[in-house]
Amino acid sequence: MTDAVKFDTALPAKRESRLKRFFQALALMRESPVGMIGLLLILFWVMMAILAPFLPLYDPNAIMAPFQKIGATAPDGGIFWLGTDHKGRDILSRIIWGAQKVLIWATFATFVAYVVGMLMGVLAGYKGGWADEIVSFIANIFLSFPFIILCIIIVATLGASGWTVVVAVTFASAPQIMRIVRGLVLDLKTRDYIFAAQTRGESPWYIMLVELLPNARGPLIVDACLRLGYTVVAIATLGFLGLGLPPPDPDWGLMLKEAVPLGAFAGHSMYLPAAALASLILGFNLLADGLREISLRD
Amino acid sequence: MLPTTAVTPVLECKNVNISYYTRAGEIPAVIDFNLTLMPGESMGIVGESGCGKSTVALAIMQYMGKNGRVKSGQILFNGRDLQTMGEDELRSIRGSQISMVYQEPMASLNPSMKIGEQLMEVPLYHESVTEAEAKQRSLDMLAAVRLPDPQRIMDAYPHQISGGQQQRVVIAMALLSKPALLLLDEPTTALDVTVEAGIVQLIKDISKQFGTSMIYISHNLGLILETCDRITVMYSGEAVEAGAVQSVFNEMRHPYTRGLFASIPLPGTNKNSRPLVPIRGQLPLPQNRPQGCYFSPRCDFFQAGRCDTKGGISMRPVSDEQRHDVRCVRFEDIDWANYRPIGLSGDKVEIGKTVLEVKHMKKYYELKDSSLIAMIKGKKVQYVKANEDINLVAHEAETVAIVGESGCGKSTFAKVLMGLEEATEGEVILNGLELSHTPVQQRKAQTVALLQMVFQNPFDTLNPSHTVGSQIARVIKKFDIESDPDKINQRVMELLDLVKLPRDFALRRPRQLSGGQKQRIGIARAFAGRPSVVVADEPVSALDVSVQAAVTGLLTDIQRNLKTTLLFISHDLSVVRYVSDRIVVMYLGHIMEQGTTDEIFNPPYHPYTEALLSAVPIADTSVKKRHIVLEGELPSPVNPPSGCPFQTRCPRKMCAICETQLPALQHTDTGHAIMCHIPIAELRKVEQVFQVEAAN
Repeated sequence: MTDAVKFDTALPAKRESRLKRFFQALALMRESPVGMIGLLLILFWVMMAILAPFLPLYDPNAIMAPFQKIGATAPDGGIFWLGTDHKGRDILSRIIWGAQKVLIWATFATFVAYVVGMLMGVLAGYKGGWADEIVSFIANIFLSFPFIILCIIIVATLGASGWTVVVAVTFASAPQIMRIVRGLVLDLKTRDYIFAAQTRGESPWYIMLVELLPNARGPLIVDACLRLGYTVVAIATLGFLGLGLPPPDPDWGLMLKEAVPLGAFAGHSMYLPAAALASLILGFNLLADGLREISLRD
Repeated sequence: MLPTTAVTPVLECKNVNISYYTRAGEIPAVIDFNLTLMPGESMGIVGESGCGKSTVALAIMQYMGKNGRVKSGQILFNGRDLQTMGEDELRSIRGSQISMVYQEPMASLNPSMKIGEQLMEVPLYHESVTEAEAKQRSLDMLAAVRLPDPQRIMDAYPHQISGGQQQRVVIAMALLSKPALLLLDEPTTALDVTVEAGIVQLIKDISKQFGTSMIYISHNLGLILETCDRITVMYSGEAVEAGAVQSVFNEMRHPYTRGLFASIPLPGTNKNSRPLVPIRGQLPLPQNRPQGCYFSPRCDFFQAGRCDTKGGISMRPVSDEQRHDVRCVRFEDIDWANYRPIGLSGDKVEIGKTVLEVKHMKKYYELKDSSLIAMIKGKKVQYVKANEDINLVAHEAETVAIVGESGCGKSTFAKVLMGLEEATEGEVILNGLELSHTPVQQRKAQTVALLQMVFQNPFDTLNPSHTVGSQIARVIKKFDIESDPDKINQRVMELLDLVKLPRDFALRRPRQLSGGQKQRIGIARAFAGRPSVVVADEPVSALDVSVQAAVTGLLTDIQRNLKTTLLFISHDLSVVRYVSDRIVVMYLGHIMEQGTTDEIFNPPYHPYTEALLSAVPIADTSVKKRHIVLEGELPSPVNPPSGCPFQTRCPRKMCAICETQLPALQHTDTGHAIMCHIPIAELRKVEQVFQVEAAN
């Protein structure tokens, strides 16, 4: 027959539809003003992070004139659009390069936390019994530590670096993700299609990864968005405590830490990174709200 | 015109139009709806899902929600328009003069309040009575809905009583304020058949005893026949036929009503000689309703120029006396007497060799009790006796039905067969291979492929994340039927042809399919591995009536052509009688009776089968049926009764022997087996449950 459709080999068609669906989802976002604001805030910082190497910025670590006010003229005739900090580094440049850092590490750390959390959650939820007991017990141990203390322990053991941040965030977030996924899976695994997969003798991992997890994606996308916000907070907190990304590279938390003692006579070097941080976190939270709103409406 | 003009109707709907307003725009849900309900009358509203019957009920309650609105028309309650009343006035009417009973009893009761408190609230809120009086009235009402031991029920929380008892409590609550109008929205759909029979009996008596007018919403024509005086048939937002029950059932005039009746398995239909006739096509979405008659694209009597005129088609009177109206322009032209729609008929297939044999199969689940009391008493393990001594043989091309109510062990039996649970004792032999202790992962792909399953819930049966085609393809790959992608693709197309769906459905996702289409894909998936036995677990019970006929027909047709053995698990005896060659009746894990379909439906009956048969609502006025309502509740399989499992509810219970000794299976010469202490000769004397009156 001429209308026979190839679907198994016709992967491009499928991919196209996925891209199309993504844009359709974006179009839906227009109906949620809150989500739209969030999306624009995030897109702004993502653009900044991507364009950082191409913008006419000073080297973020170059030491020039300290304590310059906003809009002051630089020694080379340029302008410090947002002034300089106590060491004489350009604040605009440090904020934009800092955005790149925080976005990369936050995304990566959240991703790792998600992989670990989802695997733990789907295992505990689907297998139940002993697997559930053990995974939940481990999760409870990590959840019982206050986040900062957990991070201090990890950084103290592993030393400060981006990777340590990833480990710290994973330890703190994965147990929470595990709980969400476990709850979703407990519900999903009673569906007939799971029963159908079992009756054709599928392996447990096939059922967990191919049959169960894709159906949990709705609530997880909203949570991932919120969690990215938390991770940005976490990275800034670690930076503020001196446990985050090592200096001198620009990091918003570190910038705050250095500026706070001097707040009285160089306010802008404190408020500006704080505002950047707040706007990015707000962006993630608003986007999550918007996504939730849209997903509930359908 | 009518003898009742002097009396004000309790409820009158005049040209009511109801719309929902959504993102996609206005969706007309109910169009030009008229209804007159006299005091003491009961009106059944019947229709398939999406026909607007629940919207009518919500409009009467004025509970339309944010996006629904009665666009035009009047809803008069005792002569007063509900639309013009304020929120305060409506609140005083709801619950006191108009009450509603919903489908899910548990959702209507507050789980954190004792039943007594919830009942007493009704008179305390709506009338000024003392607490003692409210309590007395609640007790009386619980007795009136025939709940045993009302005092105990008053002190219980909702979860402590059974589903049937909960629904009786909800009905009692609705009646406490002596309403003039009672709305029942599918009140028995969530209940077992024998429990349903009790509730139906109760509803019938209520209208007599209290003189309450009722609107009974249901998809089941048989229930309407048993409970109502008048009926309104709805289709796609319109009432298409209305009138006195007898008049509509005996002289139906609308092609849709005809279609509905042709698609339900009534006594007399048979998969070989008198097959069901499904209504072709699908219910149109409200946005895509055709011009003129909404049923026209699916109607055999469509006439261009008459049925597709601009503007709606109005109701026309068939008979004034019966207040029988129909929304069809051609109802007088159609010669119903000589109209014989043709369904999927087929020859009776030869039943072949034995394919599946189950011998003395037993399945107990362990319940570990780790409480302190259990440890002190030393009773740590209890058993749920899900299956006891199951013996069963199924042959090639045969359909064996397993019938029973919830908790009878039919699903456990399916799980053991499929290898998801291990049998505690006994043998399961498929094509000569013993499987009772081989979990599904340890079975060979070919063995797994031989035994496949069709599931109940169409909304759950397919994984929403994957395309329909890839889900069928996965089965083919998994069972090594084909490995070359092109050949797999070819096979998927063949399977879609087999279940009569367009080939481009392969690329669709389950949410783009209707319930019936999903179930067809479920059937395609089950037959993908060329199985020799297919277990169908209530495959049509969640579908609409007209779709049920099509899916049942498809399933039996495929089975007939491929000579597959079908194990048909169901609680619906009318469907079972239609499809099956042999029937196994289960109760509390035991097989109570097994035999050919004729043997089960004729005496000698097991007393449980007898009750089960009498509980089936039949939408045929020419069938006379005996009514047997079982007393008591289904016992728990953890703690089954001593002796015969059915003895606690059996209307034919004899004496001590029933309580002490498990009855032996009695066999007739033909292989019909009954597990009962009453001798077969005695049971043979029992009267038929149904009697079909000779059509004149």
